Order: sequence, then structure tokens, then C-alpha cells
Amino acid sequence: MKSPRNHRAYWAFLGHRLSGLALGIFLPAHFYVLGLALDQRARMDAFLKFADMGAVKFGEWGLVLLLSIHMCFGLRLLALELLPWSSIRDARLSWISWGGALSLFVGVIFALGVI
Amino acid sequence: MEQPLFALQRLSAMVMAPFVLVHLAVILYAVRGGLTAAEILSRTQGSWLWIPFYSLFVVSVAVHVPIGLRNILIEWARLSRGASSVFCLLFGLLLLWMGLRAVAAVGGFLS
Repeated sequence: MKSPRNHRAYWAFLGHRLSGLALGIFLPAHFYVLGLALDQRARMDAFLKFADMGAVKFGEWGLVLLLSIHMCFGLRLLALELLPWSSIRDARLSWISWGGALSLFVGVIFALGVI
Repeated sequence: MEQPLFALQRLSAMVMAPFVLVHLAVILYAVRGGLTAAEILSRTQGSWLWIPFYSLFVVSVAVHVPIGLRNILIEWARLSRGASSVFCLLFGLLLLWMGLRAVAAVGGFLS
């Protein structure tokens, strides 16, 4: 029997939740680094230099991708919850593919910008 | 408790969606050719467009993130509703404080 979790909407739920969790954990570090501009500008520059390393840039790329995924899948949830359903099967599954494709596009633009 | 949090989560999401779109566009624009503190600050300090935009973004984030985290703690970590609520309230306050401090720093207040 096919697992009830093995469908696109479940993977979208998981992607939305895990991306949100990762972004939530990342935010304090993001705010801390920006806060360095207040009185430790040299340290902020040192961090930005560190962030220029390939591995860190790859992490940044991941975060941009996660932010885009979280927004796209979140918009689908809002549409599911707040907009009328034209039929009982109108789970807007195509939004998942479009959201994934748009996020990949954002990721490609980011990668082209930093390479 | 659950109903107002559910509504707040959706309302903050609706407020944030355009912020996230603009933020993504700013990231894609700003990272080209690398970043320096001076370059970032020259764009942001004293900007009356930038400061209210990111202040409101931070407030929305400080509402949205803790509610989502609370759901995860309750559903996946099996933490009690009370403990999850306290932890997430504190986390939200931390995000609000750190976020507004970051906006003040990058926006050129207090310097």
C-alpha cells in the first residue's frame, strides 16, 4: 500500500516546515552580524570577508533557496486556507512545482551573481 | 490561545510576503561583486525608505517565526504547550530586540 505521506503535498509541507525551522535558527546569527555595524564595523568587514569563502557562499545560496521555498509554499498554504476551492480536489498541487521552479530560478540568479 | 496564534501566523505571513520578495530582490542585486560594510551602510544609513521597511519586516518576523517554532516544538519535539509557549515568547522577544538593533545599526541610528 502506498504510504499516505508519499505525495507532493506532504513533501511541500515538509519543505515548508524544515525551511522555516532553518531560517528561524539562522535569524539570530543574521541579526547579530548586522548589529556589528553599530560599534564593530571592522569585525563586520572581517565577517563579510569570511563570508566570501566558497563554502560560506554555498551556505548563503542554500539560505536564499530556503527563503524562496518557504515563501512560495507558504503562499500556497494561504491560498488553500483563504481562497475558495473550485472543486474538492483543488489542492493547488501545481503551485508546488511552480514554487520549486521559481526558487531554483532565484538560486541560479544568486549563483550567477556571486560567481 | 490556538485561534489567535493561527490568525496571527497567517496575518504576519500576508504582511511579510511582499517584504520577502523585495528582500530577495535586494539580496540578488547586492551580492553581485561582493559585499563590504561600507558599501552596505552607504545604501542604508539614513534611508527613510529602508528603515521603516526593515523595521516592519523585523516586527512581522518576530511574530511569525516563534508561532511556527511553537508548532514544531509541540508536534515534533512533544514539548508541552505551556513550555513551548514560554520558550517561543522569549525567542520572539530576542528576535525583536536583535532585529531592531540590527536595523538601528545598519540604518545609522545610535552611531
